[in-house]
Amino acid sequence: MSKKILLGLTFCFAVAVNTVHAADIKGYVEDYDFSFEGPFGTYDQNQLQRGLQVYTELCSSCHGLQYVPIRTLTDLDGVGLPEDQVRAYAEAFEIFDSELDDYRVLTPKDHFPSSSLENAPDLSLIAKARVGFHGPYGLGLNQLFKGTGGVEYIASLLTHYTGDEKEEAGAILYGNETFPYGYLSMPPPLWEDAVEYADGTTATEEQMAQDVAAFLMWAAEPKMMVRKQAGFTGVILLTILTVLLYLTNKRLWAPIKHKKTT
Amino acid sequence: MSGIPHDHYTPNSKLENWLHSRLPIIGLLYSTLMIPTPKNLNWMWIWGVVLMFCLVLQMITGIVLVMHYSPHTDMAFASIEHIMRNVNGGHMLRYLHMNGASLFFLAVYLHIFRGLYYGSYKAPREVTWIIGMLIYVMMMGTAFMGYVLPWGQMSFWGATVITGLFGAVPFIGDTLQTWILGGPAVDNATLNRFFSLHYLLPFIIFGLVIVHVWAFHTTGNNNPAGIEVRRTSKEDAKKDTLPFWPYFVIKDLFALAAILLVFWAIVGFMPTYLGHADNYIEANPLVTPAHIVPEWYFLPFYAILRAFDSDVWVVIAVNWLTGGIIDAKFFGVLAMFGAIVVMALAPWLDTSSIRSGRYRPMFKWWFWLFIINFVVLTWVGSRPAEGIYPYIALLGSAYWFIFFLVILPILGVIEKPNQLPKTIQEDFDSHHISSSSMGDISPTTPPTPAE
Repeated sequence: MSKKILLGLTFCFAVAVNTVHAADIKGYVEDYDFSFEGPFGTYDQNQLQRGLQVYTELCSSCHGLQYVPIRTLTDLDGVGLPEDQVRAYAEAFEIFDSELDDYRVLTPKDHFPSSSLENAPDLSLIAKARVGFHGPYGLGLNQLFKGTGGVEYIASLLTHYTGDEKEEAGAILYGNETFPYGYLSMPPPLWEDAVEYADGTTATEEQMAQDVAAFLMWAAEPKMMVRKQAGFTGVILLTILTVLLYLTNKRLWAPIKHKKTT
Repeated sequence: MSGIPHDHYTPNSKLENWLHSRLPIIGLLYSTLMIPTPKNLNWMWIWGVVLMFCLVLQMITGIVLVMHYSPHTDMAFASIEHIMRNVNGGHMLRYLHMNGASLFFLAVYLHIFRGLYYGSYKAPREVTWIIGMLIYVMMMGTAFMGYVLPWGQMSFWGATVITGLFGAVPFIGDTLQTWILGGPAVDNATLNRFFSLHYLLPFIIFGLVIVHVWAFHTTGNNNPAGIEVRRTSKEDAKKDTLPFWPYFVIKDLFALAAILLVFWAIVGFMPTYLGHADNYIEANPLVTPAHIVPEWYFLPFYAILRAFDSDVWVVIAVNWLTGGIIDAKFFGVLAMFGAIVVMALAPWLDTSSIRSGRYRPMFKWWFWLFIINFVVLTWVGSRPAEGIYPYIALLGSAYWFIFFLVILPILGVIEKPNQLPKTIQEDFDSHHISSSSMGDISPTTPPTPAE
């Protein structure tokens, strides 16, 4: 019987191996390496801080992070900014408060502002809402081995502008290899030395793209570190429990199966 | 409870006597826990306990999630993010609940296929089977409505597509659909009623689970040999069975721990793998996602739903015969629900008197083809309905119905079954005695003779 299962699986894998890309409209996504990949990966705090800087200086003029509370920037397994810096950071934003009926500066208790441009998507969950790796043929194997690739998608999108432009319905669209439909309305947002990193890292386009992508992964999944720790604790405890129950079960059944107990 | 002869509970102390003459609850628990269970049960008999664990896990995590969730179209999506970011342990609760649904369905499919292979649905266990099918249908309803609650893009559009199926019912379709949605489209009223029902149905499932267990405790478990426990005397019955506690409780707990190990690793390290990325975009009635796909556990039936389009001759014929009342869309809906109905009717469609597929040389092959077909349907359900995929879906859907409506009735007549073991004891011993000395520390010890 198990032979037949094997046969079925072999068929599935044969289908999987024989293909390179599914026929769907998908852009090119580069498989960048990130520090938080895999069960052992952790966020690189310096990278998240650089990413925050890129987000603040470049992205935030159009895009928002409406689900992210500013106070979470102090989280030690995340961006890890000191409290006074976070307070100062919040005060740089101003919003209209309908209760006060006036403008006021933000406090760490507030969330980041939402997008100021109507067609600029909110970035809070973008790293989970995009898929970089597909298939093959809907079998999900690429996602299994490489991850869903939302963060790679972001970094790729930011660095794979073709330089093409076209006008459509009065708006200029920019060619991009990663964007599934080929042209998007966001102009290339990064250029060499667009920000000056405090830690002296050279601000190349690739560097900034990966930093901001890592930051957006944190924004979408701020509890990733806690989750992985819980994962390890649970896996270790369940392994012990499984072994103990296996031994108990074996010993319990031994006389029934006419085996000698040791 | 069971018709198998066995020892019953007798109250020992004064207090037990006092309680037993007023409420025989200890006796009930004793009978349930000590029920004589066929000793040859294999590892496919562990899924029931896994399923019970899943139901409890989903109810407990669900009840806590509800404490932080807001069932309103303006707030639902944000309240999920509130759970993920601000609620202590909220991200784990939600990921456990999300992936718990997947474990639930994985277990229920293996549980159902176990029943199909070993003929657990056959007399006298038809009622257990029917209740099981009811539980399965309710699980699907619960899971579907639960998926709408986060109010993401897939939630909204999934709800729109699935409730649209009711619109395909002739004559009353539109009225029915509006009645189910609580309005002309999926909106706040829909979200609220789905929330209410998503909370209610698990409790009904819980009640049905008790009846399900009661039913097979009355008939006794089926087993891999598909033959009955000897009921001629208590001694004979004892040779075929073991009490559920401790033998099967420990075995089931071991299996459960091993499965939870994998489950926990998925929750901890790749919790979004089984979900759809589009559900992290808030529902927007103005933007339709490129591909609307249900969760993986609905894909086989989604494939059947889409398989019967207006180019299929059966659909054209039925359309003509009914004067256009049954169109392609309604045909697809009927096929999808029909797929579950024919499965529920298996006890009456299967004409073979042999329960276990182990002793049915022809059935075996058709059964494994059915399993492969199920996997193929799952896969093809996730593909866009273009190119070669609709043909694969049609072939797979056709086989689903042929298996139940043609193969099961015919096999019973033409198949010559293999020799059955005479007793469960004989089956058990044939699996264990011969290999008993393997790996033993002192192989010279003479094996204990069979009782």
